[in-house]
Amino acid sequence: MNYHWNWHIFLEPSPTGDGTYLDMLLSGLWLTIATSLCAWVIALVAGSIIGVMRTLPSKLANLVGFAYVEFFRNLPLLVQIFLWFFVLPELLPSAWGLWLKQLPHAPFYTAAIGIGLFMSARVAEQLRAGISSLPRGQKQAATALGLTTMQAYTYVLLPIAYRIILPPLTSEFLNTIKNTSVAITIGLLELTGQARAMQEFSFQVFEAYTGATVMYLLINIVVVTAMRILEQRVAIPGYIAGK
Amino acid sequence: MFGNFDFDVIRRALPYLFLDGMTFTLTLTALSALGGITLGTLIAMMRLSGLRLLGRIAGLYVDFIRSLPLVLVIFWFYFLVPYIGQWLTGAARPIKVGAFASSLITFIMFEAAYFSEIMRAGIQSISRGQPAAAQALGLTYSQTMRYVVLPQAFRNMLPVLLTQTIVLFQDTSLVYVVSIPDFLGAASIVGERDGRLVEMYLFAALVYFAVSSVASFGVRQLQARIAIVR
Repeated sequence: MNYHWNWHIFLEPSPTGDGTYLDMLLSGLWLTIATSLCAWVIALVAGSIIGVMRTLPSKLANLVGFAYVEFFRNLPLLVQIFLWFFVLPELLPSAWGLWLKQLPHAPFYTAAIGIGLFMSARVAEQLRAGISSLPRGQKQAATALGLTTMQAYTYVLLPIAYRIILPPLTSEFLNTIKNTSVAITIGLLELTGQARAMQEFSFQVFEAYTGATVMYLLINIVVVTAMRILEQRVAIPGYIAGK
Repeated sequence: MFGNFDFDVIRRALPYLFLDGMTFTLTLTALSALGGITLGTLIAMMRLSGLRLLGRIAGLYVDFIRSLPLVLVIFWFYFLVPYIGQWLTGAARPIKVGAFASSLITFIMFEAAYFSEIMRAGIQSISRGQPAAAQALGLTYSQTMRYVVLPQAFRNMLPVLLTQTIVLFQDTSLVYVVSIPDFLGAASIVGERDGRLVEMYLFAALVYFAVSSVASFGVRQLQARIAIVR
């Protein structure tokens, strides 16, 4: 290979004027973390509501939940991001559209909301699977004790369901982090975007992407380790995962 | 809201969208799925081979690829493939690789990691008695795999493999980041040329939604039909 390697490139100042190329990648790393955390909060909240709706005895709630999940699962993430970013402001009344277009940090908000909603359909499916995996007796016992449906969910079903689906939720969180890279297409300079920019400024293609790769691997290791500790903390005695 | 919606721009773009864009997307999806499943099965067999070194290499590959975003992997291969080609052919300069070949290699290598996990689960779902019986009958390792284990593993995992292929179909839209005109890329090119992004993106969304919904409905039907009654 006649590629000219230059690993010192990370310590050289970048043409953006604030710091070295390494600083550039690090700022991307922070933006990736911030975007994925915001998206994850949205995914958890919306996903929990929809997931619960799909297990309710009401037909209407079921149908709404089903339609929601189908909508967000059958469109590619990139198309969804484009719909939020390019199409939505045009379809709104013009004053609202204008306000949306002039919003500072629009790519960040679009990415957080778009990826959050995209992931919420997945979270909803996981939660539905978790709730339906519970023995029927749990719900019946709660009803027999006089708990309302709302109370049965908050005190009996959800605390167990969430703990059961913790491992798949971990992979969904990792997917959320990885999916933030799609926001490069609307100009969000997250980790992949900064690596791309570094490649274009410095022509050191492979160093730039190696830097980003190492950072993604580190995020992965941190999240997996943290979630493993959390899983052990909240494990339910009597289940295989418990003590 | 749809007052100045221009349906004609979609109609005029239809031949380009489908003959060029959708053909690219579907060919890429089909070939990547085939290649990914083949490579993924090999990786799964490496992991389950019982040979420690082979298993470790396969495991590292799968974990490595699965912790990276697809967009980053697309960039990696887009720039790496010409150099690998140069190294393989001994050429003096990095060779030129077409858009299709480059994305095909990317998606095969990327999806193989995901398909291998599915195939691993499929192979592990087969009871230990089956390969033991095959061995007792005098079948070699490759015969056991070809005639006993893999056919059942494929059958058990067919719905999951097809679901992953639908995900792959949606993921091919990400070749947009290296400006390859797949279906979404074609829609975006027309939309930007004519200043009609709204129409083109809504139409693209509709088509993706229709294809994915019909496909996942088909998978659900298939799942009900081929489920082995135990």
